[in-house]
Amino acid sequence: MTAHLVVERAGLFDTLQDRGRIGFQALGMPVAGVMDRIAFRLANALVGNADDLAVIEIGVMGPTLRVEADSVRLAVVGPVTLDLMAGPEAAAKPLEANRSHLLLRGQRLRVGMVDGVSTAYLAIEGGLAVAPFMGSLATYTRAGIGGVDGRKLRDGDTLPLVRTAASPRAERKLGTAFDYGRGPIRVVPGPQVDHFSDAGHATFLGSEYAVSKEADRMGIRFEGPVIAHSDKGPDIVSDGIAPGSIQVPGAGLPIVLLADRQTVGGYAKIATVISADLPRLGRMLPGQKVTFAAVTVAEAEALRRDQEKRLAQAVAGLQPALPEGGIDLTALYERNLIDGVVWA
Amino acid sequence: MSVRYLNCGDTAFSVEFGTTIAPEINARVMGLHARITAERAAGRLAGVVETIPSMRSLMVCYDPLTATRTELQPAIEALVSGGLDAAAASRTMSIPCCYDDPEFAPDLADVAQRTGLSTEDVIARHLASDFHVYVLGFMPGLAYIVGLAKELELPRRSQPRVHVPRSSVGIAMNMTTIYPFDSPGGWNLLGRTPLRMFDQRREQPVLLAPGDMVRFRRVSRAEYDGITSEVDAGTLDWATLEVRA
Repeated sequence: MTAHLVVERAGLFDTLQDRGRIGFQALGMPVAGVMDRIAFRLANALVGNADDLAVIEIGVMGPTLRVEADSVRLAVVGPVTLDLMAGPEAAAKPLEANRSHLLLRGQRLRVGMVDGVSTAYLAIEGGLAVAPFMGSLATYTRAGIGGVDGRKLRDGDTLPLVRTAASPRAERKLGTAFDYGRGPIRVVPGPQVDHFSDAGHATFLGSEYAVSKEADRMGIRFEGPVIAHSDKGPDIVSDGIAPGSIQVPGAGLPIVLLADRQTVGGYAKIATVISADLPRLGRMLPGQKVTFAAVTVAEAEALRRDQEKRLAQAVAGLQPALPEGGIDLTALYERNLIDGVVWA
Repeated sequence: MSVRYLNCGDTAFSVEFGTTIAPEINARVMGLHARITAERAAGRLAGVVETIPSMRSLMVCYDPLTATRTELQPAIEALVSGGLDAAAASRTMSIPCCYDDPEFAPDLADVAQRTGLSTEDVIARHLASDFHVYVLGFMPGLAYIVGLAKELELPRRSQPRVHVPRSSVGIAMNMTTIYPFDSPGGWNLLGRTPLRMFDQRREQPVLLAPGDMVRFRRVSRAEYDGITSEVDAGTLDWATLEVRA
């Protein structure tokens, strides 16, 4: 008996993502993977998954999914509206995000607009029965690799599920919203410090930049004051690109490279966004403004370890959640399907 | 030039051997790439996730939750100062290329005109070039293959094409490349190979690797079509492309 989620109506840019394709950059293969590893991990934790199972990354607006399985446990993490439709004619009932839900066969989940950030994440208990490519399910649309045929989800796609029914356990919710941080985006200067003039560095660290409309999974192009290069200029013999690398081509405006970044590039890079601030930056929408502040490598590593500790605490601090949505799905499920199981 | 260790945030750093394209610089990059790969295979350098070779530097990617830069850099410095032997014997790959169909070689006449050579001389010099894969990047499986005969060195087209078909063979500067996907591109197109540089159906989908030596082999349109059917059917064994010494 196969179990599926059917994409009744696709969202704007839904892709399957996980940690990404690690270990193949020497062959020119971009890593891809989730833009926001914090929401990714929390979503998986809410449905009881291991940290790194593939999820649906929802870009801007989410899909409507129909359950074709006995039951399925889902969680959506992010500022997004959810509606449950119990039958073809049934009225939509709002559901909360940032907690798990049990859905039954034929029910539909409508994921609405993501509010104030660019992404939200939908995790499925047990994950998707999709074959990995080069060790990962991550969708890299530029080369048509991974996920569902290497592309974003479309109307009518069927996503095969690993589990045919949800496990018998209570639902969970996030205790408090995870703090992504605020204030300047922290960067480590380099690698091509010497390709920028002193004035150029001062402009970069002393100005406000706005996310332009050219912002996607590959990177964010910023608008703001022009950064002056040194006499070495903007071009280099291509070298490796790290997550968060900030390249500054001849026009002098910074581009931060994100999940779908190419592996090597030929523009001078003024700095690199620290890994602890990449989830926050990767969620930003066109028009939002940032400033950049310099930290050392050791400070960046410490900030990341601290964030990881807080993330582990958030996972450990997930709380039991009562069924919601008007009908007591958990009780229904318990009575009908797994009579006699004692719930934690 | 002394080796520089360049900051790339808290998940990577670059070991820079030079700032130019030169065989002796790239050999050190590939030497360190091979040394680090061997160290990791032996269970050392915990925290190193992968390395990205480029023309003149090696990016070391690491997990800051497992290791710190302060721990890793001295370990890498020790490998560098221990001497970087030339990377283990690399393969020589023979790449069939059809130069004879005008559709495959839209820039052949132009390259001949700009270099003052006949089209046959252009083809002969491409075939005689000893090519060496320096780096892959830009697209999965796209190899920058250095070693083009000096007489053929030209800049890229001033007007890049919007659509270059997959498996087109192009030249620019002192390099040749083979497009792994249909894509935009500005290289001067001399022919097309029936091979696919990137084939998703394979467990290891990328044909060329950094360090490979490459020679082109001229094939007729008929032979091109024959190999294409094998490639389409997925029956071509890549091992047969390796030149045995």
